[in-house]
Amino acid sequence: MDIWALLVIPLIVSVFIALVTRKNEELSSYLSIGAVVIGFLIVLPYLLKLPGDPHMHPIEQAFTWISIKGLKIEMGTLIDPLSIIMLFVVTFVGSLIHIYSKGYMHGDPGYSRFFACLSLFIFSMLGIVLSNNLIMIFVFWELVGLASYLLIGYYFEKPSAADAAKKAFLVNRIGDFGFILGIFVIYYATGTFNFIEVEHHIAAGHVSSGTLTLAALLIFCGAVGKSAQFPLHVWLPDAMEGPTPVSALIHAATMVAAGVYMLARTSFLYAAAPDAMVIVAYIGGFTALMAALIALAQSDIKRIIAFSTLSSLGYMVLAIGVGGTGAGMFYLMTHAFFKALLFLGAGSVIHACHTNEIWEMGQLYPKMKTTAVTFFLGSLAMMGVFPFSGFWSKDEILSATFQSGNYFLFAMGILTAFITAVFISKLVVVTFFGDKKYHGHPHESPKVMTIPLIILSVFAVVAGFAGFPGLEPNFGTFVHTAGAALGEHGAHAEHHFNFMVASLSTIAVLGGILLGWSIYSRKGMKSDVMAERLPFTYKFLENRFYIDHIYDTYFVAWIYNGLAKILNYIEVNIIIIFIINGSAYTVRQIGKGLRLTTTGQLQNYAFVMVGGVLVLMIIFAAIL
Amino acid sequence: MLTIFHYLILSFLLFSIGVAGVLLRRNIIIVLMSLELIFNSVNISLAAFSYYLQSLNGTVFVIFNITVAAAEVAIGLAILVSVYRVRKTVNVEDLDEMRY
Repeated sequence: MDIWALLVIPLIVSVFIALVTRKNEELSSYLSIGAVVIGFLIVLPYLLKLPGDPHMHPIEQAFTWISIKGLKIEMGTLIDPLSIIMLFVVTFVGSLIHIYSKGYMHGDPGYSRFFACLSLFIFSMLGIVLSNNLIMIFVFWELVGLASYLLIGYYFEKPSAADAAKKAFLVNRIGDFGFILGIFVIYYATGTFNFIEVEHHIAAGHVSSGTLTLAALLIFCGAVGKSAQFPLHVWLPDAMEGPTPVSALIHAATMVAAGVYMLARTSFLYAAAPDAMVIVAYIGGFTALMAALIALAQSDIKRIIAFSTLSSLGYMVLAIGVGGTGAGMFYLMTHAFFKALLFLGAGSVIHACHTNEIWEMGQLYPKMKTTAVTFFLGSLAMMGVFPFSGFWSKDEILSATFQSGNYFLFAMGILTAFITAVFISKLVVVTFFGDKKYHGHPHESPKVMTIPLIILSVFAVVAGFAGFPGLEPNFGTFVHTAGAALGEHGAHAEHHFNFMVASLSTIAVLGGILLGWSIYSRKGMKSDVMAERLPFTYKFLENRFYIDHIYDTYFVAWIYNGLAKILNYIEVNIIIIFIINGSAYTVRQIGKGLRLTTTGQLQNYAFVMVGGVLVLMIIFAAIL
Repeated sequence: MLTIFHYLILSFLLFSIGVAGVLLRRNIIIVLMSLELIFNSVNISLAAFSYYLQSLNGTVFVIFNITVAAAEVAIGLAILVSVYRVRKTVNVEDLDEMRY
């Protein structure tokens, strides 16, 4: 029952804030924070029981939501190690970000609206995590899309924010179309939406491999949209128009990871469709590398972190694609900590400098020590320096890739790690050290903002030890047994610590740090030196491979000038003029004619009445 | 010997006179009186059938009808008096506010 409370409380709070406490901003924020903290407290006992019982039996509770002939749809919750870990990430990071927002959004005119949307998001996200069937996950999938839309467009009076919200929504729609087709394929093949039942059907070999590959690829479309993989990644950088806590919570730590979670949830499908897995792995690997390259040439602090998020999401998808579901989920968790930390740190910096441009910051370390230190720890974790959390989780992904035998993808992974180290060191050096370029008097943020940073940095440093190779049971075991408990065997090979892989990635990272540090720590640098030395490469990267440009020219323009105009013509001329105005005109003319019969002369009415009775009498007489 | 047909013919004649009065007369008081004629033609046929069928139902109905008609006339006349006070006319054709 507590699980249902976990799901419903944020919804109630969201509605309550929107309808009742909108005027009382303090109360609204406390309600919203309370809802997610209670959620965390509900999840905590489950999490603490997990290490003692890694082979826990999945707990499923469900009731029938829709029942019509030949179709039964459930609303239900599924608690297994996979969902417990994800619940922990969502509620824990969510709690800290809610608290941080209380300080960050201080004095904003839409304060209560912000917290109402945040609670709506928490509700939808928990719905995805708890879902026990595909239809329910799809419903909540769309709900997080809505929450994301509302929060990206939070500053809706700014055209860029409104456009970004629209873009995020529409691009996600493309992926979701594939997702729902995939759900239909699975239903057609197995006759059920329930994850466990679908898995049993597939394990029993009832489904042909062609159907499985098709279903796996279509469902992957959903993850491509939500987790911003190439070619649908274009919405995520623009989504940074939203307030920074939103970027941290939704567009870094949780929602974008929902795609990865969903892939992990349906990993039995991918295990049975090796062809689909190869495509998943390549898309993940390519996204990781591409985003890291683009991040090199960005100068907006949030955009740099946004592209590093894209890159990390690529890593996670790569992990799923090479069969390392445990590694992917492990990276998801550590990433949630250090990426939320980086975003919140960036928010603290923006709060102090009132600009997003890293070339207008510099020398912030003496002014804001807490932010700088926590940001520094977060970036070490992000780069994957031993022994920070990112090292362990990235290492698992890389060794899973290595063991899958795909050395090309492995090389891409190492290269991505190298480039990541370069641009993250650039970010740290230019923002916190380097020359003083800021205007005004930046100051450290209030405690309500720095304390979440400190807590997150602790986790960003130590969370990696959950996957420490010597630890038994360690993180990988949970997620593996999550599969095994559902009757899956041997789908994932055990990933042992690989010394060669670890040293290669460490060398790549240290090389990247050295390179980044040596380039960007030089004195007197006013803008990016790369723009002068490699103008064409820089331009290419700065414009994000011209992918947005291509979409705008070939798809968006075509839609605006072609399809939209045709539809507009149909709407204006046929629907509005003919159908709507036409029917109204017809009714009006008939009315005009009929009103003439209302003469007000009693005797006219009586005459008609008597005439009617006579006619009836004649008819009856004729019949009888 | 009076048979049911005689009563029914009487009832029919009264009814027709009433309808003609309602449709043709312009004075609203005459119209109201014609309505009463229609009423009573119905009462006559009810009483006749009651006797013919040897059942008291019709008779009871007639008593009720007379009661209701009395009340209705009282209200109707009261309305007509106040209409006359306001409009200074009892011509049906002039009372045509409820029109387009």
